[in-house]
Amino acid sequence: MSRREKLAVPPATVEPAPDFDSYYGRPILKQPTWKVPDVPLYLFSGGLAGASAVLAELAAATGRPALSRVARFGAAGGALAGTGLLIHDLGRPTRFLHMLRVIKPTSPLSIGTWILSPFSALSLAAAASTLTGIAPVLGRVAGVGAAALGGPMTTYTAVLLTNTAIPAWHDAHREMPIVFAGSALAAAGGLAMVGSPTGENTPAVRLGILGAAVELTAAAVLRRRLGFIGEHYHTGRAGAWMRGARALSAAGILGGLLGHRVRGMSAAAGAALLAGSVATRFGVFEAGRASAADPRDVIVPQRARLAARADNSTPLASTPPSSTPPASTPPASPPLAAAPPAS
Amino acid sequence: MTFDLDTRLAGPLADPAGEAGHTDAPPRMGFFTDTSVCIGCKACEVACKEWNAVPAASTGEQSTGPGDLSGMSYDNTVGLGGSTWRHVAFVEQTGPPPVDLGMPSVPQGADEGDREMRWLMASDVCKHCTHAACLDVCPTGSLFRTEFGTVVVQEDICNGCGYCVPACPYGVIDIRPEDGRAWKCTLCYDRLGAGQEPACAKACPTDSIQYGPLDELRATAATRLADLHDRGMEKAQLYGHDANDGVGGDGAFFLLLDRPEVYGLPPDPIVTTRDLPEMWKHAALTAAGVVVAVAAAFIGGRR
Repeated sequence: MSRREKLAVPPATVEPAPDFDSYYGRPILKQPTWKVPDVPLYLFSGGLAGASAVLAELAAATGRPALSRVARFGAAGGALAGTGLLIHDLGRPTRFLHMLRVIKPTSPLSIGTWILSPFSALSLAAAASTLTGIAPVLGRVAGVGAAALGGPMTTYTAVLLTNTAIPAWHDAHREMPIVFAGSALAAAGGLAMVGSPTGENTPAVRLGILGAAVELTAAAVLRRRLGFIGEHYHTGRAGAWMRGARALSAAGILGGLLGHRVRGMSAAAGAALLAGSVATRFGVFEAGRASAADPRDVIVPQRARLAARADNSTPLASTPPSSTPPASTPPASPPLAAAPPAS
Repeated sequence: MTFDLDTRLAGPLADPAGEAGHTDAPPRMGFFTDTSVCIGCKACEVACKEWNAVPAASTGEQSTGPGDLSGMSYDNTVGLGGSTWRHVAFVEQTGPPPVDLGMPSVPQGADEGDREMRWLMASDVCKHCTHAACLDVCPTGSLFRTEFGTVVVQEDICNGCGYCVPACPYGVIDIRPEDGRAWKCTLCYDRLGAGQEPACAKACPTDSIQYGPLDELRATAATRLADLHDRGMEKAQLYGHDANDGVGGDGAFFLLLDRPEVYGLPPDPIVTTRDLPEMWKHAALTAAGVVVAVAAAFIGGRR
């Protein structure tokens, strides 16, 4: 083209030829419209609240009032924050109650809302009772109710993310509940380490260390098992968050092991565990956003699946079970020649 | 009514409307988009906007704003979205390099510019899946299955939670940012009820977009495909017609002249909820594990 001819339209960007076809390199999937930091923080708050509710009731049952108190506040605060963040993230927040017009097992957000709503009410009641000293028995009953929902609170958010078409989330559906549960335990343990005296903090320290160890291990397994899709957990924003999470969780584990008898050390370790849990949620969320933006994640595995299916459906054509070695066979006709059906 | 989890979430399903609870439902209606006769006129895009009163796509929703040029051939709508319910894709393909016959010429040899070029044009739309992930994951019941077997958003129910957006394996449904709610093709539900065909099919000048009972459309498509194969167009293929595919077959399916990904379509999509029972199982087991872990932390005498 001569210099005088000017392009009316800028040419499509030419990038190094990829190993798959796509439409101008455009993503196939839509970006999640869930907002940052709303949704990663919602994931964190829910986990913190759920694990704290279980911790609170066991602490109360074993005569650790200070530990129970901080965990109950953690449960109520997490539930309140989680609900607020969820509502704030809606495109039409005033329609939050539309969530409660159906119960749908096929929608993790529907089931999650039905877990979160009673949990919030019960954990708030328990915390209010603890704070005011009014109706301690009812408060205890509410606390036990919240604790019963505490386990599901820590893992339903994993199903929420993995029940999407985004490969970095969907393909991780085995490990994600474990990552989230570990992250929740680390957060609850961490908060209790920050808020409870050294005389009562042994279960919190153990829980924080265990949770962080589970979180780190499950995340590592997840990344490895996903193959090239797992790269999204290593690179870009997600990679930075995940590296931060590893450093913080490791520091929290170390601090918990060495300094759980020292109030300051214990609190610092707890804060590190909390921060590590937050970073994990942001990392997982960002990995999903990067995966949704990458057409390769969708096209390459699906293309491979189709190729494998084609191989399986015509095994005799390519490899006859008991025939002469390939070297002596005549060249096979190209596969396309078999495609047109007889009219 | 029998409840079969396997066909409920994935696999072939003869009667989606009946499964959704409609009695005496009309036959399942859909689109067959034969891209081999698409001329890229975008009448479907315009007719859809006009009939459904869909606003201009806002900046940020897609990579180009109103009036912007994408640089992607004649495609400046870029893709389906909250405010784009029909999207015409334009693919410019160059053929193999010309064969140098050794004839004397100036300059010597075959020139790169002599490559043959072909257009692929295709009008994309919501697939109205047999197993629609958007519908499955919608927590408000805003998305529902109509008596025609199509999938429609009820705008007075949608609260903009956005779950349908990453759930769609085709990247169709999206939130309209200035509105906050999710929008997509309704297959002109209002027109269907009045016995009319959808606006895009009505406007299509070449009958590239065909509307009718899905069974009839599938038969038409099979005949057309055989015809194209006979004429040597070996890469012609149907897309979304197979009830055994990962979404149980599409209510809107296509005849393509190249691989689906060339048009921006996923080659082998699977509805995410197929794996949901397993996901719930893992989550429930892990939730139990959380309680056990907390209890274990209390074992032992030390405080």
